Amino acid sequence: MTAALTATRPMVLDSVLPVWIRADFAVSDAAESAIDVPERRRAAWMAAAQGGDRRSYERVLADSVPLIRAAARRQGVDADLTDDVVQETLLTVHRVRHTYDPGRSYDAWLSAIAARRAIDALRSQGRRGHRELHDERAYDMHPDEHDAADATEREQAARRLREAIATLPPGQREAVEQLGLKERSLAEASAHTGRQSGALKVNLHRAMKALRTRFHGEP
Amino acid sequence: MSESRLPESLIQSLGVQLTPVRRLPPPWMRTIGWLVLVAAIALGLLWHYGAQHMIRRWVAEPDIAVAGIGALITAVSAAWAAFTLGVPGRSAAWAWLPLPGLALWVGASGLGCLRDVVVPGATVATAHQSGDCLMFIISLSIPLSALLVWLLRRACPLRPVLTAVMIGLASAAASAALLEICHGFAVAVTDLITHAIAVGIVVLVNALMGGRLLQPALK
Repeated sequence: MTAALTATRPMVLDSVLPVWIRADFAVSDAAESAIDVPERRRAAWMAAAQGGDRRSYERVLADSVPLIRAAARRQGVDADLTDDVVQETLLTVHRVRHTYDPGRSYDAWLSAIAARRAIDALRSQGRRGHRELHDERAYDMHPDEHDAADATEREQAARRLREAIATLPPGQREAVEQLGLKERSLAEASAHTGRQSGALKVNLHRAMKALRTRFHGEP
Repeated sequence: MSESRLPESLIQSLGVQLTPVRRLPPPWMRTIGWLVLVAAIALGLLWHYGAQHMIRRWVAEPDIAVAGIGALITAVSAAWAAFTLGVPGRSAAWAWLPLPGLALWVGASGLGCLRDVVVPGATVATAHQSGDCLMFIISLSIPLSALLVWLLRRACPLRPVLTAVMIGLASAAASAALLEICHGFAVAVTDLITHAIAVGIVVLVNALMGGRLLQPALK
């Protein structure tokens, strides 16, 4: 709670910036027109995306990835956690895209969300580290960590799994994230997502089936 | 190369799900929306109690009128700050906005404490009447806070505790300002303490619940 009170940016009142773009819900052609400054280009793409322009949306998200990585680095996130921060930030951007005001800086909006997601990732990592430190059985059962080949193989398997999960439809991905990765109970996941537990179970079942098909070729 | 595949597949997946969204109105406009409800309650109280009694008290004891105006300024500026903090990328320094109004409110109320010394004949609240003030402020703050929380759940407050403090301050200050319409006695030490307790309770409860209530988009 205390960390939430800590400003991650300078404590200066937002300057009343001139309105850069008065883009109505423009199509991507208009969003592209003669906008050379990268930040303004991203702002115009996002404004068009708010109107439902898929091409602009995919462009602005792709353009945002380096900014998210930079924000994660500024917060001190390790390289191996950066992908998680990127994924969580993109998902959050998708959920709160209606809060972006095209008259203001897109980069500041995105960086604030990315910084918050980076802090969440660090907290989550800290909690996991704390749990594992006190789990004596986990120490005993843990394979030899100096086995570089095994470690690389595990990393590759984890990466393949992350990629596979990322390609799942949103409902299924949400169920895997909530019930599998975050290890929440059905009731907790239901409270967090607002979905009924029955729907979460169905989505998890379908996700597992899809993942099995992808990795083993058989449903 | 595998590093870039993860965001790419996710971006494509998000692009498929893209639908047009209705932009969040600017914070000042959302503040006005909330103030409409406060004004409706004020009209209801004026209709029931009439304005004569309030005006007589203000003429006889101008510091009470100043305290009421201070409370109103605090309510407006704290609500504005809360709505602004609900937009990612906006500065945390907005939390300072209610400070001048708060200083006026607390300062004028403090002056009222000297009333029984300056004006020996003034009617001063008893402990029982102060208890009624406490209940009035808290019971009115609940629906006003609930409305602010509901309105802010559509936004994305990245600093939930700070935002919740602003919500508590806005609703408590609005309740205290509305109390001026039906207040039957002068401000004394007991009354000031009651106000401070009521405001403190409202702010604290909001701060404690803010993290859970205000961030559905980040879960």
